[in-house]
Amino acid sequence: MSTAPTSAPPEQRQRLTLDNGLRVLLAPDRTNPVVGVAVHVDVGFRSEPEGRTGFAHLFEHLMFQGSESLEKLAHFRHVQGSGGVFNGSTHQDYTDYFEILPAGALERGLFLEADRLRAPKLTEDNLRNQIDVVKEEIRLNVLNRPYGGFPWILLPPVLYSTFANAHNGYGDFTDLETSTLDDAAAFFDAYYAPGNAVLTVVGDFDPDDAAGLVSRHFGDIPARPVPARPSFGEPAPDGERLESVVDAHAPLPALAMGYRLPDPGTDLAGYLAHAVLGSLLTDGEAARLTQRLVYGDGLVTDVSASAGLMGAPLDARDPDTFTITAVHPDTVDPRQVVDAVDAEVLVLGERGPDPEELRRVTARWAGALHREHDRLMNRMLALGSAELLHGRAELSDELPAAIAAVTPEAVAAAADALRPDARALLVLTPGASA
Amino acid sequence: MSAESTVELRSAASPPTAPSPAERRSAAEIGRTPAGPRDLPPLRPQPQVPAPEETDTVLRTGLRVIAVRRPGVPMVEARLRIPFSGEDAERPTHAAVAEVLASTVLSGTTRRSRVSLDDDLAGVGGEIGFSVDPERLAAAGHALADGLPTLLDVIADVLTGATYPDEEVARERERLAERIQVASAQPSVIARRALQRHRYGDHPVTREMPDVADVAAVTRDDLLVMHRRHVVPRGSVLVLVGDLEPDAAVAAADAALAAWDTPGDAGLLPPLPELHGSELLLVDRPGAVQSQLRLSAAAVPRTDPRYPALQLANLAFGGYFSSRLVENLREDKGYTYHASSSLEFDPYGAALLVETDCASEVTAPALLEMRYELGRAAVVPPDAAELESARRYAVGSLLISMNTQAGLASTLAGLAGVGLDPEWVREHPQRLEAVTLEQVHAAAAEFLAPSRFTGVVVADAATTAESLRALGGIRIP
Repeated sequence: MSTAPTSAPPEQRQRLTLDNGLRVLLAPDRTNPVVGVAVHVDVGFRSEPEGRTGFAHLFEHLMFQGSESLEKLAHFRHVQGSGGVFNGSTHQDYTDYFEILPAGALERGLFLEADRLRAPKLTEDNLRNQIDVVKEEIRLNVLNRPYGGFPWILLPPVLYSTFANAHNGYGDFTDLETSTLDDAAAFFDAYYAPGNAVLTVVGDFDPDDAAGLVSRHFGDIPARPVPARPSFGEPAPDGERLESVVDAHAPLPALAMGYRLPDPGTDLAGYLAHAVLGSLLTDGEAARLTQRLVYGDGLVTDVSASAGLMGAPLDARDPDTFTITAVHPDTVDPRQVVDAVDAEVLVLGERGPDPEELRRVTARWAGALHREHDRLMNRMLALGSAELLHGRAELSDELPAAIAAVTPEAVAAAADALRPDARALLVLTPGASA
Repeated sequence: MSAESTVELRSAASPPTAPSPAERRSAAEIGRTPAGPRDLPPLRPQPQVPAPEETDTVLRTGLRVIAVRRPGVPMVEARLRIPFSGEDAERPTHAAVAEVLASTVLSGTTRRSRVSLDDDLAGVGGEIGFSVDPERLAAAGHALADGLPTLLDVIADVLTGATYPDEEVARERERLAERIQVASAQPSVIARRALQRHRYGDHPVTREMPDVADVAAVTRDDLLVMHRRHVVPRGSVLVLVGDLEPDAAVAAADAALAAWDTPGDAGLLPPLPELHGSELLLVDRPGAVQSQLRLSAAAVPRTDPRYPALQLANLAFGGYFSSRLVENLREDKGYTYHASSSLEFDPYGAALLVETDCASEVTAPALLEMRYELGRAAVVPPDAAELESARRYAVGSLLISMNTQAGLASTLAGLAGVGLDPEWVREHPQRLEAVTLEQVHAAAAEFLAPSRFTGVVVADAATTAESLRALGGIRIP
């Protein structure tokens, strides 16, 4: 297998912490004349208060609506008018904002991010307008589509008991509609302190030059108190929790099985063994559940297993979710699918995977990670979220080797941990189609 | 890894006490600083991209191979594109056979089972997938760089020896039928079907997704016949991009694919009917909470001298976020999460496609604003600032999109499919830089005039028909 280094040797990286507490990660890569700037803020939808579901995401939208030096729409115009692309996204434990730009626009990217982290323009008009936009986003991605929010919105309330872990991160329309400008101001002051964020700069730049630019644009943002980060820990379920939903648009029934993952902060090896287990179960033609359920007895049309509620591993702190989802014909009882999954998982727990089967899964995973990191945006976001969530951007570089080091015994132990008496089952049935 | 180190960093640099609610800042206070607004920093000179090492050749079998060296990560990307239409595509069952072929071509060969095809690729960190549309059969694959021989061997094996085992075909037919059923319920798919029928009638280009009944009737013999007739090298292109030496990669492809020498020319899509402006069509979707608006008009392909100006005019109108259409529909009115205007290419020409999804109650207002912005583009065309912004975006996003092995491979394969060389994409920034404001005005007036458009609105007729009728220019069945 190839071991050629990627174009950004990690030893060239630099870390700085500004006086206001902002953590900065500089990751140069001179191979292409492109740069990326990302701000990861340590607040996600798990932190939003009761009665304000969806607020973290709504606030993310507001951060694009202008700041002291930038009129409404100026952010988009300046990024795109510099030849760049931008986006932001809200996750369980963090919110990110980023641009990818031609290298000549590095300072402009830093200016844009600094201006909104220092003084966003939060106005009543923008709040009302973005509530409408977010509601449209929810209609598009959840309400008006088959399997909308399945399983990421629908499964957590079955598996978890606390508001933080169980509620809908997209938000209820009533909560969104009653959000106020004061909520937004309080949210910004509480969570968007420079000491509560990580700035990641990647691509074609000289590190000393970039460090000077970072300090010029971010240095005078005043320090503010950093909120104490609560634990979202809660006990694992003490039985099999079952709930059903009707999906008016779905043509076929589906089910989701949810399990708790090991805490990646204290048991990274156990967490990664679950990630590899997911691949052994459903990635590729030879995968265990694909063989058994799709090609063997034809119980399901699609089956997918993964570590992480949003589908990517290590994207949240503890607690996070291992999910298995399946779409099946309506002639099949969901319990048949569950029993077949349990039987296959039991076999893996008893005998473990074949070493060659495991090698193929980890080789494919290495290939997938290389490809993902070939895209500067993905490499930047992986570095930034690893630095923010887990305190170590290097985790992102080490992942292929860490995945390759997962042993058959660790996978067997992960399979053993998928216990039928500590999980959530969500059964989705098609309703009258709208 | 430790969460504690994060906490230490934070507490070391931050003041200790939080303000009481009474001292909290208002939204207005948050939005200003003593220093006041600051000036946007200028752009610095942009470094140029050196031309990559590249080989572009046609093999003895008629297969064109383009290999580009692009190290960065130790991977190689492969894209194979086989024109997959022709006279046979006039048959209504062509799309169904083609769809089953694409989903069973990896079910086994004379040398490998379905599982061993996948296992061999997994062993070199690779994957491959086939897909088909009315224009072409395409394969997209990748592997760790030193797995290129295995990747090529698997591709050759599939192209020359796919066996379409009966039991695998039977199962895939069923899965495909279920998937088509799932997809057919998606509003975006319903809208796409309706638009294709409305603008191109019964042309093969409209058959993007076959009927379930046609899929159920496909036999192994149908697949073998189609494979022999249509899976041919002459007229097809293979693109290899990654951590490779171009000449050596072409030689490896030549050796691995020598046996793929099926005679005949790959089938080109028949020319599309010309697009003319006409009434929109309302397609009823009872109970829908959201409506799909799809407008379309004739455009020109990349080889046309007017193309660069049209590309920039379209960007300024609705081709990116900072466009008039998005700023109006989303940022000003809040009607939609997404609105866009894009160019769709076929082997002969191109079409403009303007689309948005909006809440049912604002269907007619959203259509009104779309037409307004089209009209404004034609008669109050983009100004110099709008042009410069669109130009920087076009040049920059092209640079960024080709910055990955996968992005470059897909771009080159797509361009090859419409007869363009890699040089075209390297020279395109210069063409964009040369476009004048007058050329953009001419292109906007010629191509964006609302009278040139046709299209569909998919919506709940019970709640939207009355207001749409009031607007006019739409047929309400």
